[in-house]
Amino acid sequence: MNTGIVEAERQDYRVITGWVTEGASVLELGCGGGELLQMLNRQKRATVSGIEIDENYIFTCVSRGLSVAHQDIDDGLSEYSDQAFDFVIINQCLQEVRKPHTVLSEALRVGGHAIIGFPNFAHYSARLQLAVRGRAPVTAALPFQWYDTPNLHFLSIRDFCEYCAKNRIIIERQAFLEGKWEVRFWPNVLAGSAIFQISRSRPTLLQ
Amino acid sequence: MDTVLKKDKNIVIVETKYFTFAWPPDELVLESGEKLGPITLAYETYGNLNADRSNAVLIFHALSGDAHAAGYQDADDRPGWWDGMIGPGKAFDTDKYFVICSNVIGGCKGSTGPAGENPKTGQPYGLDFPVITVKDMVNAQARLVDHLGIDRLLCVAGGSMGGMQALQWAVSYPSRVRSAIPIATTVRHSPQQIAFNEVGRQSIMADPNWNGGDYYSGTPPTRGLSVARMVGHITYMSDESMADKFGRRFREGKLKEKFEPDFEVEGYLQYRGDNFVKRFDANSYLYITKALDYFDLYNGKGLEHLLRGVQARFLVVAFKSDWLYPPYQSREIVKACKLSGVDATYCELNSSYGHDAFLLETEEQEYLVKHFLAGVREGNGNGN
Repeated sequence: MNTGIVEAERQDYRVITGWVTEGASVLELGCGGGELLQMLNRQKRATVSGIEIDENYIFTCVSRGLSVAHQDIDDGLSEYSDQAFDFVIINQCLQEVRKPHTVLSEALRVGGHAIIGFPNFAHYSARLQLAVRGRAPVTAALPFQWYDTPNLHFLSIRDFCEYCAKNRIIIERQAFLEGKWEVRFWPNVLAGSAIFQISRSRPTLLQ
Repeated sequence: MDTVLKKDKNIVIVETKYFTFAWPPDELVLESGEKLGPITLAYETYGNLNADRSNAVLIFHALSGDAHAAGYQDADDRPGWWDGMIGPGKAFDTDKYFVICSNVIGGCKGSTGPAGENPKTGQPYGLDFPVITVKDMVNAQARLVDHLGIDRLLCVAGGSMGGMQALQWAVSYPSRVRSAIPIATTVRHSPQQIAFNEVGRQSIMADPNWNGGDYYSGTPPTRGLSVARMVGHITYMSDESMADKFGRRFREGKLKEKFEPDFEVEGYLQYRGDNFVKRFDANSYLYITKALDYFDLYNGKGLEHLLRGVQARFLVVAFKSDWLYPPYQSREIVKACKLSGVDATYCELNSSYGHDAFLLETEEQEYLVKHFLAGVREGNGNGN
């Protein structure tokens, strides 16, 4: 979870908390210190658990009374059965995993819905830095230098939409954020980050 | 020096108590079908049971441990084996919790074991003592918990063999356990673990003084037991912790004979082995290591069925450098929890101490246990 945004102001948490239904079961991959999970538990009475790779974050989660497993989400989610959760959340860490496709597939297998939040690499400030200055972009949503970034993959909002279309993933909801504001038009240029709620298209039963 | 200071500041004098039950003809029926009775359990308690009897924590010792988990006994110069974790203000805070620890059956620290008197002969049991399992240990403890008037335990916790007992409690008595903390343990012994135990057993049995287990009126098999303990100690440490502790340093003084221990690590192992035989019974070592090897929660079932019906919340802890009970075994416990919908937290601590870390790395464990227990007590997070 690498964002420079202060927790209390995190619009992405507010959006996600708004989408998760009351009393839902939620698994967050890369849950960090568990701020979002705690919000979901308190505000939506959700049954929550997380997976996190950083030992220090595990301590924070435990101090919050949250259930968290110390493991690498790149190793898969084989301990969870199909559709074990109402929601699986991957917020601001999809770009850091080695195998995003595998992680997304697993998220959609164990969750009825997946909520994915990621920084938009096609944001205008990134475009300008790359096009005009000829440098790898450093933006509010992508605050790292090329030599110390945890981000392994760079994707834009359009990339993600195309990925969903190609893999028969249904986009159920979307929100585009720029700092505290929601971006209404031209998101692939103006939004620093995006949040999608997606699900796997399932064959409808013949009635 | 450290110990003395600690003792002055935080003096908790404890005494071992004894509970005898399963008097004939109502002996305890063991997993093997054999009967054992009467059975005495040595146990200690720390802190006070609250009015609604909801704050009891049952702690389990490992292979060579005993009921004396915390505080000091009158003549002690060293505290109980998990004193870093149990006491006022500690992980298992005795200002809040009523903590119980008992010596396992088959042991030699006050509970009924092969060195105890066989009521049928008036002589020590020796190899007439029945084979016991972790499940038998737990069933005996359940009688002690009944005796103490406790219906439901706030927590069951232990490392290594203690962790197996915690797992077995959660499975055998699901309605009596609110939370479980298995540390550096496994749901079943691996071939490698069995192999190390077998070397220890063979070493004891190869000692002529062992005499088919009948040595209580003569000389005990101290050489064999000592070597068994030396093998054990190697598996409890890590390559890194041995290098840190001993390096390739030589001991002081000249060798009197060839092949006397001259490396520090050799001297350490001999010292550990020689000390162990003063406080442990060789037959108990055979029985208890066998109980470990038989431990298998799978019992022919699939992983998804291991913890089915378990109601406890779990905190599972492993140590990265532990090669005797490697983290993959703890991840298996967590996987079994997840597959059965059992609420579980897992932490793999970064320690170089190897398996011994569960006794030595108390700072991180204290933080985890303290907050986890507070959550269980207050029903934080997802509640229970």
